[in-house]
Amino acid sequence: MPRYLFPTPKGSEITPREVYLDRRRFIAGATTLGSLLAFGGSAEAAASATEPLKFSKGTAPTPSDKPTARELATTYNNYYEFGTSKADPARNASTLKVKPWTVEIGGEVAKPRTIGIEDLLAMELEERVYRMRCVEAWSMVIPWVGMSFSKLATLVEPTSKAKYVKFTSVARPEEMPGVRTRVLDWPYTEGLRIDEAMHPLTFLTLGMYGETLPNQNGAPVRIVTPWKYGFKNAKSIVRIDFVSEQPRTAWMTAGANEYGFYANVNPEVDHPRWSQKRERLLPAFFASRETEKFNGYGAEVASLYAGMDLAANF
Amino acid sequence: MAYALPKSWIAPLKAIVFTLSLVPLARIIYAIVLDPLSLGANPAETILHRSGDWVIYFLLITLAITPLRKLTGWNDLIKFRRMMGLYAFFYASVHLLSYIGFDRLFDLSDMAKEIVKRPFILVGFAAFVLLIPLAVTSTRGWVLRLGGARWSTLHKAVYPIAVLGIVHYWWLVKRDITWPLVFALVLGVLLAYRGFKRGGKKSRAAAS
Repeated sequence: MPRYLFPTPKGSEITPREVYLDRRRFIAGATTLGSLLAFGGSAEAAASATEPLKFSKGTAPTPSDKPTARELATTYNNYYEFGTSKADPARNASTLKVKPWTVEIGGEVAKPRTIGIEDLLAMELEERVYRMRCVEAWSMVIPWVGMSFSKLATLVEPTSKAKYVKFTSVARPEEMPGVRTRVLDWPYTEGLRIDEAMHPLTFLTLGMYGETLPNQNGAPVRIVTPWKYGFKNAKSIVRIDFVSEQPRTAWMTAGANEYGFYANVNPEVDHPRWSQKRERLLPAFFASRETEKFNGYGAEVASLYAGMDLAANF
Repeated sequence: MAYALPKSWIAPLKAIVFTLSLVPLARIIYAIVLDPLSLGANPAETILHRSGDWVIYFLLITLAITPLRKLTGWNDLIKFRRMMGLYAFFYASVHLLSYIGFDRLFDLSDMAKEIVKRPFILVGFAAFVLLIPLAVTSTRGWVLRLGGARWSTLHKAVYPIAVLGIVHYWWLVKRDITWPLVFALVLGVLLAYRGFKRGGKKSRAAAS
């Protein structure tokens, strides 16, 4: 009786161990190809892996609206380092390596230091549901996980010369296709006045929806200032500098007449090209929601701007 | 080297092109009714952008017909030009209606204020308004009523309309001008072809 021999591949055809172990890269590559081929493609499929976080419920004011579906908040992003369309970050961000990760903190501080993401994750975290208002007149409601930025700041002891804080995002052309274009002046930088940075609402964010941040939302660590337009919230931060002069931000360099340093949400001050009076609370079709001054956080932050002309300091 | 399709093919071919040109709208309606998530987190913006894109596609197709006809000698192409132009107008109406509805909540006085205040909206709106007489006079009856020469002078308005449409798009993007630039280049080639042709005719006339 003939023995059945099942076809055995030649030794040279066997996938080397290091290749099949490098599963994440393989899957990322395959899904990119897949979404190129598929009509529309699933952006979610290529999204980066996230891990659950331990945290307590925060004490910050909670908006009356329900949080936006995670599916939407993680597939509609402005993160130009991964492309300028809203769907690009979810498709392209899985190539960013977020482990290991360190944040260098320096400038006008008594104790400059480099802190690892694992040390940040080991700190006491809380969840805060914030309203997020984009300068493009849409908004979401997002449950972030993290801590007040002031907690980190006190570790490095800013000196009296520290008048502003400058955040620098990661810029790795080989991992971030948008950085290979000149759409903005890389690396992305943002800044806050020191009193804004030290305000308890300013949130050093490590997660959302109970898990670590997906890459397209700024993993592994970003800043969130809920009373300002979204572009103030620098993603994937690698450097934090306490400085004496107001830093020039990436968007100010791109268009100083349209994107100011303060960028407080304000229905009374329109963007030169569009109105800021109303907004679309996604995924609504109609832009029927009245925009609130300071995005509804006026009771907490309006005093920071007492006596300031907010139309001039937009 | 002119050649033509059998006459009996034109009507079915027109029906096919007509139906295919409705697919973008059909996809939008299908998504709204049955699969809103496929329009993403900001469905109104998706609809605005898609309908706007199709206005530019149809304008460029319309403007490409004469050069293509001359280059290939396929004269039947001219029979599709009116339909393409009307589809540009059709998608411009979808685009404007979505804006009036989703962004301005059908508040026409609010819309009027916005149009005056925002140059990029003003430019887009001007393009739409200019399209109206072209759509109205697109019939054979109007060609006869106006006379061929006057009719074709009027319909030269499609050139500034296409320019306005692309300026409108260029002005709207926040930072990445890749696509407006691509459309501007295509339009540039299509307009340059006409300029070249006319220049050629003139110099020949001068020489004779």
